[in-house]
Amino acid sequence: MNLQRLFGGRAAASAPVARERLQILLAHERGLRGQPDLLELLRAEILTVVSRHVALDPEKVIVKLERGNEVSTLEIDIEVPNVAERYVGTARLGSNAAVTMR
Amino acid sequence: MAKVMVVTSGKGGVGKTTTTAALGAALAQMGQKVAVVDFDVGLRNLDLVMGAERRVVFDFINVVQGIANLSQAIIRDKRLENLWLLPASQTRDKDALTDEGVAKILAEMRTKFDWIICDSPAGIERGATLAMRYADEAIVVTNPEVSSVRDSDRIIGMLDSKTAKAAQGEQVKKHLLVTRFDTARAARGEMLTIEDVLDILATPLLGIIPESQDVLRASNVGSPVTLNDATSAPARAYIDAARRLMGEDVPVMVPVARKGLMDRLLGRRAA
Repeated sequence: MNLQRLFGGRAAASAPVARERLQILLAHERGLRGQPDLLELLRAEILTVVSRHVALDPEKVIVKLERGNEVSTLEIDIEVPNVAERYVGTARLGSNAAVTMR
Repeated sequence: MAKVMVVTSGKGGVGKTTTTAALGAALAQMGQKVAVVDFDVGLRNLDLVMGAERRVVFDFINVVQGIANLSQAIIRDKRLENLWLLPASQTRDKDALTDEGVAKILAEMRTKFDWIICDSPAGIERGATLAMRYADEAIVVTNPEVSSVRDSDRIIGMLDSKTAKAAQGEQVKKHLLVTRFDTARAARGEMLTIEDVLDILATPLLGIIPESQDVLRASNVGSPVTLNDATSAPARAYIDAARRLMGEDVPVMVPVARKGLMDRLLGRRAA
């Protein structure tokens, strides 16, 4: 056992840390609440637009968001099947658009 | 007029079932006709905490499905004639609980009871949303601990958006109940204080239930803590909370810290 603690020396109070962490986190989470899921919305709209021109398997439209400190990366991966002659090969309409998100 | 009250929290293990049983018994002792309803389909426990586990014949889902009527499924408490329990199903699929079924049973119960206290399952899935859907009021049970406070915040958001009241542009009246509170630890800066929790969650305080061995002792023997030893610290705190629910003006007291041996030797003071 830590003798210093035994004889009344206190470990630094941890509750203020808990309070501060919660305040920051909840301010962020409350901001997100009620908004539609951005990724699901993007996925649905991208699927609609691309489907006008190419037959797509909805399961093969993958939208990912990676959060970074300064910028976040939005990655859109669409797998197109080799059906129509107009679209030869498995085109990967991949993009790595960097969007700034907070 | 009947009131439907949901006891909810998001996080598990914070004391929803203990609270449902304790407040249900306390209100029944004040002469109110009370039904406690277990919404935790598949993991029912209110029957066990109430000491009625061997008397369950039919359950909530049997009533929803029309296999039994409400009077066949509901169990009268052996100690308090004003207190009734509607158990959850232990075996069935939780999808058997439907929005229409819940609405119908609660509407019927409103004609028969003063209070219908719905013990929500943990989580934010179907069972939890159905438990809060038709509530007039909500008790959000929170431990003074980061994960519980975060989940309570989430649940408060759901009470304001996913309930029938919210859909009608009204509000579910929310009450915060802080459970397992340890005054001495909060005073030493080891635990969030009541002020911290109230600041963060911005919800009116219904009561503070002190951390106590009496809670486990009561559940061991299948008795609501307010009946098992009405003079114990948690029982008194629950009885005060029940009086506040009845509209009495009872000031909320921060429980007195029980000093441990080391605290005494070292002259530590609890605020």
